[in-house]
Amino acid sequence: MAMKIEEVIAEVMEIAGEGAVQEELDMPGPVLRVPRESLAKVMPLLRQRGFDSLMALSGIDYQGMKKYKADAGDSLGVVYHLFSFAERCKITIKVWLPREDPQVFSVAAIWPTAEWHEREAYDMFGIRFEGHPDPRRILLPEDWEGWPLRKDYQMPTEYRGIVHRDEEGQA
Amino acid sequence: MSGASAEKRGYVLNMGPQHPSTHGVLRMEVHTDGEIVTRAIPDIGYLHRCKEKIGESETYFKFTPYTDRLDYLASMNQNHGYCVAVERLAGIEVPERAEYIRVIVAELNRIASHLVSFGTYGLDLGAFTPFLYAFREREKILDIFEQMCGARLTYAYIYIGGVMRDITPKQLGMIQEFVDYIEPKLDEYDRLLSYNQIFIKRTANVGVLSPELAIKYGVTGPVLRASGVDWDLRRDDPYSIYDRFDWKPVVGRGDVGSVGDSWDRYMVRLREIRESVKIIRQAIAQVPIGPYQAKVPPRLKPKYNEVYCRTESARGELGFYLVADGDVHPWRCKVRAPSFSNLSVIGELAPGLMIADLVAVLGSIDVVMGDVDR
Repeated sequence: MAMKIEEVIAEVMEIAGEGAVQEELDMPGPVLRVPRESLAKVMPLLRQRGFDSLMALSGIDYQGMKKYKADAGDSLGVVYHLFSFAERCKITIKVWLPREDPQVFSVAAIWPTAEWHEREAYDMFGIRFEGHPDPRRILLPEDWEGWPLRKDYQMPTEYRGIVHRDEEGQA
Repeated sequence: MSGASAEKRGYVLNMGPQHPSTHGVLRMEVHTDGEIVTRAIPDIGYLHRCKEKIGESETYFKFTPYTDRLDYLASMNQNHGYCVAVERLAGIEVPERAEYIRVIVAELNRIASHLVSFGTYGLDLGAFTPFLYAFREREKILDIFEQMCGARLTYAYIYIGGVMRDITPKQLGMIQEFVDYIEPKLDEYDRLLSYNQIFIKRTANVGVLSPELAIKYGVTGPVLRASGVDWDLRRDDPYSIYDRFDWKPVVGRGDVGSVGDSWDRYMVRLREIRESVKIIRQAIAQVPIGPYQAKVPPRLKPKYNEVYCRTESARGELGFYLVADGDVHPWRCKVRAPSFSNLSVIGELAPGLMIADLVAVLGSIDVVMGDVDR
């Protein structure tokens, strides 16, 4: 099953529809930004085309980022780094999610490794993955409040009776 | 057995977070039926130190020492992975001499890490002696590192643009002496532990991981290779100067059981030490004269760029997803830790194992909790 990366790009752009963009970045493999509604179609397609390995899944917060100020605004995002063992090629897929409703299709059924990575993205950014088998926090305690890797996160001053003080000794 | 009777006879065992076989603070909720594990749910996060948040709030240089503490048994490899990522992000050229020094120390640290894995794995299964042997050898590597950078565990030796200090001929001699010393020792380990009948009975055919399952779960490194996948980032996604050396990735063969069992995972690491020795020997012979650091501004401010850079750490694919936004801090610093993904497969391997075998499987995956929790 030989795969031509140009054909895959064309297929993804077509299936993703309006709003899909190929980003110009000096990375191995193309970087495609797709609308979140299309992710449920794009990801199974990529798996079918031979991308059998999800190297990394990262949440990201674009609030205040100079580069994307105009178009991303204060969106959150998820970045998927995919790799094909057979073809030895990479592709990067990005989605932007509105801050008020950061919900996106879960790829845990396609690449089970995503199960923990998505839990981490939920833990740190509050991104919800539809259809995730076990949507809990993973690194932080269950009762932790807030999403620490969001740019507007405020450090709590107290957790279960443990008081956090800053350098001046203020609680 | 029907579900109802399992319910009646089932017992939930809490393993960890201070269990000696969990290699750090990992808790496992183990559902059992008699001696048989029906389900194991890992609970991680006890060692979470907000590395990614720190990465976003420190400068590029200042984060290097923090990477030491990710996988603290292979700090050089962590430094290396991070520095390669930043150098790709900012387009920094590393001097030849520094590249050679980096490869030498990274491979030495890989040996040290595999030695710990070898020793503690014996310990997990009730063999105390190999542990002492392994730590005796590792001590020699730590002595070399102490000579080179003053630290024995967290080195921050590999720096953005090169290495912290130059290597001296005396240190190169120490390293040469060490590789000459370690090679015959490996045969001794084989006699001591690898082909010990009790050890084989405990590990052969236990926790067999198929290559398909391994790839699905993002398992990498020695664990993936033990499942028969010939894949090593040093050769297959080359970084640094690994393409200049003559060596071969080690793949599991199922010598005493089946491919991908716990014994294979153990043996792949032991055999990898020989390959690292090969690389070190060639690198020592080729170290060129020249500068060991590139000129990099201390307040490094790369303009907007993104990289996902992966390197072969002692435990597998260590990836850094760095996003620069023209500031002294990275905008995002995601660490894709090998142990994190490797551990996630335990839920699939556990059902059907004996409780004691769960320890054997966990030890053979060789997780470092600092790497899992970051």
